[in-house]
Amino acid sequence: MKQYGLMIDNEYCTGCHSCEVACKNEHNLPLGQWGIKVLELGPWKLMDDKHWEYRYIPVPTTYCDLCKDRVAEGQKPSCVFHCLASAMEYGTLEELTAKMVAKGKMASIFIP
Amino acid sequence: MAKLHWKENAAPAVTELEDGTKIYRTNAWSPPGCHAVGCGLRIFVKDGELQKVEGDPDQPITKGRLCVRCLTMKEYFYHPDRIKYPMKRVGKRGENKWQRITWDEAYDTIVEKYHECVEKWGVNSVSVFAGTGREACRYHTPLCLGVFGSKTIVHPNSGWSCLVPRQAVMTWILGSAYVDFDYAAGLPLRYDDPNWEPPKYMLIWGRDPLRCNADGMWGHSMVELMKLGTKLITVDPRANWLATRSEYHLQLRPGTDAALALAILDAVIKTDKYDKEFVEKWCYGFDELAERAAQHSPEWAEKITGVPAEDIYAIAECLVQKPSSACVGLAIDQNPNTIQIGHALYSIFAITGNMDIPGGLFMGQPSIFPGRAQDKKSSEIHEEPEEEFEGIGYKEFPAIPLIVNTTHPDCTLDTLETGRPYPIKFAFIQSSNLLASSIVVQPSRWYEAMRKLEFIVASDIFMNPTIAGLADIVLPISTSLEHEGIITRTGASQPGQFSAIVKVMENYGETKSDLEICLDLYHRLHPDSDDPRWKDTDSYLSSDLARINGANVTFPELRERVSGQYELEYRKYEKGLLRPDGEPGFNTITGKIELFSTMLGALDEDPLPYYQEPKFSAVSRPDMAKDYPMTMTTGARRFTSFHSEHRQIKTLREIHPWPTVEINSKTAEAKGITEGSWVYVENPWGRAKLNAHLTPTLIEDVVSMDHGWWYPEKGEEDMFDVWDCNINNLIPNKENGKLGFGTHFKCMPCTIYRAE
Ligand code: SF4
Ligand code: SF4
Repeated sequence: MKQYGLMIDNEYCTGCHSCEVACKNEHNLPLGQWGIKVLELGPWKLMDDKHWEYRYIPVPTTYCDLCKDRVAEGQKPSCVFHCLASAMEYGTLEELTAKMVAKGKMASIFIP
Repeated sequence: MAKLHWKENAAPAVTELEDGTKIYRTNAWSPPGCHAVGCGLRIFVKDGELQKVEGDPDQPITKGRLCVRCLTMKEYFYHPDRIKYPMKRVGKRGENKWQRITWDEAYDTIVEKYHECVEKWGVNSVSVFAGTGREACRYHTPLCLGVFGSKTIVHPNSGWSCLVPRQAVMTWILGSAYVDFDYAAGLPLRYDDPNWEPPKYMLIWGRDPLRCNADGMWGHSMVELMKLGTKLITVDPRANWLATRSEYHLQLRPGTDAALALAILDAVIKTDKYDKEFVEKWCYGFDELAERAAQHSPEWAEKITGVPAEDIYAIAECLVQKPSSACVGLAIDQNPNTIQIGHALYSIFAITGNMDIPGGLFMGQPSIFPGRAQDKKSSEIHEEPEEEFEGIGYKEFPAIPLIVNTTHPDCTLDTLETGRPYPIKFAFIQSSNLLASSIVVQPSRWYEAMRKLEFIVASDIFMNPTIAGLADIVLPISTSLEHEGIITRTGASQPGQFSAIVKVMENYGETKSDLEICLDLYHRLHPDSDDPRWKDTDSYLSSDLARINGANVTFPELRERVSGQYELEYRKYEKGLLRPDGEPGFNTITGKIELFSTMLGALDEDPLPYYQEPKFSAVSRPDMAKDYPMTMTTGARRFTSFHSEHRQIKTLREIHPWPTVEINSKTAEAKGITEGSWVYVENPWGRAKLNAHLTPTLIEDVVSMDHGWWYPEKGEEDMFDVWDCNINNLIPNKENGKLGFGTHFKCMPCTIYRAE
């Protein structure tokens, strides 16, 4: 069986939280529970004193089923579809690693 | 010519699933509030119940993407605290005891009080207050002028520090209704259109477009441009997400924007690579401007702004490359030096030939948004001759009525307190939580002044501090899902979305839309009118659409189509599309972009931009700086709220729970302030309690605050503790620029200390 996952473009993820709420809607998750949660790396100033380390890293949780019902209907997972920055992709690990290599930096893949 | 495009093969307006669920397509404006972007929605409804809200992939700009404010719409829609029925106050004003009444009784009371006030104090004693952004803005002028026949249209934002100063510059200097960066919003092929190209550089000045979606622009288009190769230059005292991804981040001392803009202008001229042909042909007063700029070198500006001169020279080399563009925000309005900042900034893009070219700065055509000065004269409604009327603040600030038909905001407070030049006795507060929001400064003074009015009616979704403290009658408003309307970017002055708000849900309780209330009151006050515009919502909206250049669509047709795109031409000045006389050129007195402004000259203001040190900065007031050594800037935007809205939406409060003050980690440490501790920010005008967030993104000794906070959970007794956390307590009234524009939201002295 093929392994599916989510690829996040950490260069462009703006930390808008849409994935978090879109997932809660899709799975009727109550307050305090999340199917995906946006973590923050930084911000801190790099040693050149000009540039920054600052990334958002949305991490799918135990509840993430990769939106199997939506996907079965040919739709994108809710988080991927609603992402304001179009910074998420759904696919097989082969597809995602190819995309990650093409991107070349600041990306992560999650298998929930 | 202007054109409308509809997407081929878009889903129908309604689809029905096998289980009986209906999926409606519509577009969001407000409530909940937003800046008229018109993001596409798919609303799932089963047996009359709202099941879920998703994005609409057929909306040509947002394509399904949606922010958390719309994604939590169901929670908003069914919130138990929504106001369901009209209510009247029983007990004393502010005592917060209410009784349900019918719409008839509400309207009867409003009409009776209206006639009483008109008879005793004249028609202009009747006022309509509105805030910013919400759909009510569309009906603010029509309600005041068209329904009540009053000229007391109030937008109480100190110094009119939102859009209007920028629009004064756009109109007077550039001769355009609105100018903004071009993200191919009107082109059906969008970024693939062969005539379009991405900007090489984007100068983002005092705006956080991702979070604010300002002025109907879809904020995350900035990320799309970044992916297409646009490089960013950010000007902001804070490093926001965009600044951390910018080629250059100019972290200026708060309030010194005009000095920096003048220095960039000087550096651009010094490159000698600006567009001489464009300047020769289309600009007026270049030599005078260049001479003025030369007095403001990057080295001079470095001392004032803290931005290294070498960075200023470096970005000048960027901005002379075509196309380059600018995304200019609210921060330049919120400064008494505002007209000069805008003047210097837009001059940079004029002389580099970046006006109205693909990927440059798009020049808007005249707006049909009601409220601009051209709507002002309406002699059939007013008996008094025009010349005898002295508008509030117009004597002091004659520039105001030339650009907007409201009262001067800060002078309105004087009027409320003194009754001069005429008394205000009746207020219709239309969807504006003014005591808690971003706009009113010295809110407790406004509160005291307004408590004494004869009659106050307020309309909104939720009970809020303003209603609890002031209103006699409350009217319940419907959300975007329960009424009809239209959304066009800045009154169709800019290309982009062209959308219908479609009624998809039965009304919650007895709610009505701002437009429905406006029409009802019109029919009560003008029973004999057969004006077709005011007949019903369809005819009202269709008549608005009929005024839009090239639209050629009625509201029922638009409702069927749901959303489209509005395309406007580039290089309109070459084609005679900017001036009413149809001649090529710009819509100014000289027909050119006025780098030397005849209009500012006529208003007794300097025709050229200049720098003014902020009035309360440590440089201007070293005495004050002794006790208040820090500088505060406010108005930080969050994804989770629109001004004072959404505080009762638990999912959103979970994401951003408290009013936040951001403080540099080093400064915080020196003051014993730790992450998440409660602190007071204080200055001689007042204080506010906020929650500390430590961050290296601010210059030391500068603090940045959220605005618009109140606590729905704290209850109505103490007006939801609005006085406790209201940062506008710290900002003085009527400290505006010479022409009456701008104030000090971004630069006030303060001190900060732990609350316990
Ligand atoms: S794929 Fe579906 S379940 Fe997983 S995080 Fe995204 S929205 Fe949630
Ligand atoms: S929706 Fe997209 S941009 Fe927003 S936080 Fe999630 S991944 Fe990031």
